[in-house]
Amino acid sequence: MKDKIFRFLLFFAAFLILMLSAGIIYALVSRSTVAFQEYGFWNFLVNPEWDPRPATEEYGALSFIVGTLYTAFFALILCVPFSLAVALFNGEYFKGKRVSSVVRSVVDLLAGIPSIVYGLWGFYAVRPLIIELGINAQGFGIFLSSVVLAIMIIPYASSLSTEFISMVPNNLKEGAYSLGATQMEMVQHISLPTATSGIIASYILALGRALGETMAVTMLIGNTDRIPNGLRDTGNTMASVIANQFGEADGIKLSSLIAIGLLLFIITAIINLVAKLVMKRVARA
Amino acid sequence: MRILYLFLLAPLLFYSCISGTTNTGSSSSRSIISGAGATFPYPYYNIVFRDFMRSNESYTVNYGAIGSGGGIRSLRDHSVDFGASDAFLNERELESMKGEVIHIATCMGGVVMAYTLEGVDSLKLTGPLISDIYLGKIKKWNDNRLVEENPNVKLPDLDITPVYRSDGSGTTFNFSEYLSVVSKEWNDIMGVGKSLKWPAGIAAKGNPGVAGIVQQTEGAIGYIGSEYALTLRLPTAKLKNKAGNYVDATLETISAAANVSLPDDMRATITNSDDPNAYPISLFTWLLVYKDQQYDKREIDEAEDLIKLLNYIISPEGQKVAAQINYAPLSEQALEKNRKLIEQINYNGDAITLSK
Repeated sequence: MKDKIFRFLLFFAAFLILMLSAGIIYALVSRSTVAFQEYGFWNFLVNPEWDPRPATEEYGALSFIVGTLYTAFFALILCVPFSLAVALFNGEYFKGKRVSSVVRSVVDLLAGIPSIVYGLWGFYAVRPLIIELGINAQGFGIFLSSVVLAIMIIPYASSLSTEFISMVPNNLKEGAYSLGATQMEMVQHISLPTATSGIIASYILALGRALGETMAVTMLIGNTDRIPNGLRDTGNTMASVIANQFGEADGIKLSSLIAIGLLLFIITAIINLVAKLVMKRVARA
Repeated sequence: MRILYLFLLAPLLFYSCISGTTNTGSSSSRSIISGAGATFPYPYYNIVFRDFMRSNESYTVNYGAIGSGGGIRSLRDHSVDFGASDAFLNERELESMKGEVIHIATCMGGVVMAYTLEGVDSLKLTGPLISDIYLGKIKKWNDNRLVEENPNVKLPDLDITPVYRSDGSGTTFNFSEYLSVVSKEWNDIMGVGKSLKWPAGIAAKGNPGVAGIVQQTEGAIGYIGSEYALTLRLPTAKLKNKAGNYVDATLETISAAANVSLPDDMRATITNSDDPNAYPISLFTWLLVYKDQQYDKREIDEAEDLIKLLNYIISPEGQKVAAQINYAPLSEQALEKNRKLIEQINYNGDAITLSK
């Protein structure tokens, strides 16, 4: 009897989660239809215009999609050398050592810092550096947000990669050593290739984080509603445009913002799905 | 087994939360007046509502500073008793409301040009210059036209970074309204609105966002609500008003802007005022209420409570608070028009008499 109740409760909890997700999707879809009907799905996607003036009102998502992909991918590229180094440090060179557990917990700590703190740090500490380097006059823009984003996603990329690198079977490694390989050669030819798909999956998940990051990016990107003209320029991401403009939005603008939210949801869902597929392949291999 | 109890506990907690909120809503004897809208007057409302609640223990006033657009939406959905906005409703918005809405002005403010320039303590600007800075036509601080206006100031050879609001805002509305009046080019290219399409500069959310960037960036200029800039004591530019005088934004110069004849419905912009002492970018902020208070299942008591609150805001006590936190109090003329408007609020056509 108790078993049955427990099963029912579990089922109920799982069902509730499903219903919640369905509810979110329903709300996004139903409220974005006005925008999609007005502009058409594709037109909305590829239109770089974002003009909120009542007389010439017109909304398109392209500048924000470009801004989002720009910041997220650049952040990913910036984060690779650091997170891969951390992963090798923890998963191979200092595996199981005390120093590794210290590094690990410090990196995990990075994941626990609230987004707004990263934003403030970027605003007060990183931005003067960017101005000093002469990237652009006021420091804000894609470059600054990507640098801060890169640091924010290091823990996501490194902790999973560490797992996959430390999962490389010992007999493979021993085989390499017995053939006279140095540790460096072993890492290069055995550890990394074996763990590749796992590492890629962890980077895809980190990318998913970077795409949706809102607060820090909003504080640092400059919030200009047009396609960024290179890394030094200011821009806006899908998440930050929603954060910025939702409060006062009404009518078709509100619907367009919700449509952008739906697109972001879809993009993130696809990215997570891809990561899952890649990891499944690892598990099978 | 313990886990099982936890599972049982969760829905119970959930249920108690829900029933908890409904209980406070219906059974207590306190009357709740709720409103939502503009962020610009929020610090003022915060204090004036608190004072109102202290002077009359049986009231609770909730105000959500969610932005004018959100306030208008909430009033349209009947989810609040009053909305708040610092741009009056245009004809299209008025038509979209479920009934006639009246505007009660509560206090005044201004939009100031804050800047950060090392070694420059005083800066004079005109409307057309501001327009050209934001249109990206004046790019450097030592531009000839800026130097002409400021002959005694040593302006540096530095890029100007104009900063604007990324969120829709009544501040942007009044700023662009002023520039549209004084610059034909602005009117043609940018127009008037709570959010615009900007050709130059960077954006930040809210007064704090703009102020933060301006303070931290050498060569930046941004438009900020006067109450915010005056409280922070940011360096601000003197603006040339219609009479040709250069004026600082102070409570007196902002109040002076309302010394013009106001329309009976109080839907007035007071930018570029004729008064010789007026600060040119001054504005009213309003509470929005339905003229006929009988809607949904609203009772006449609720309408009475709302009127009491409105009367308190325009009373001398309510207006005194405004000046203390850097909002300009309403002029006698504006108060008189307000009183007439409040008298028009009715309950299904019947006048509402206040029971003390």
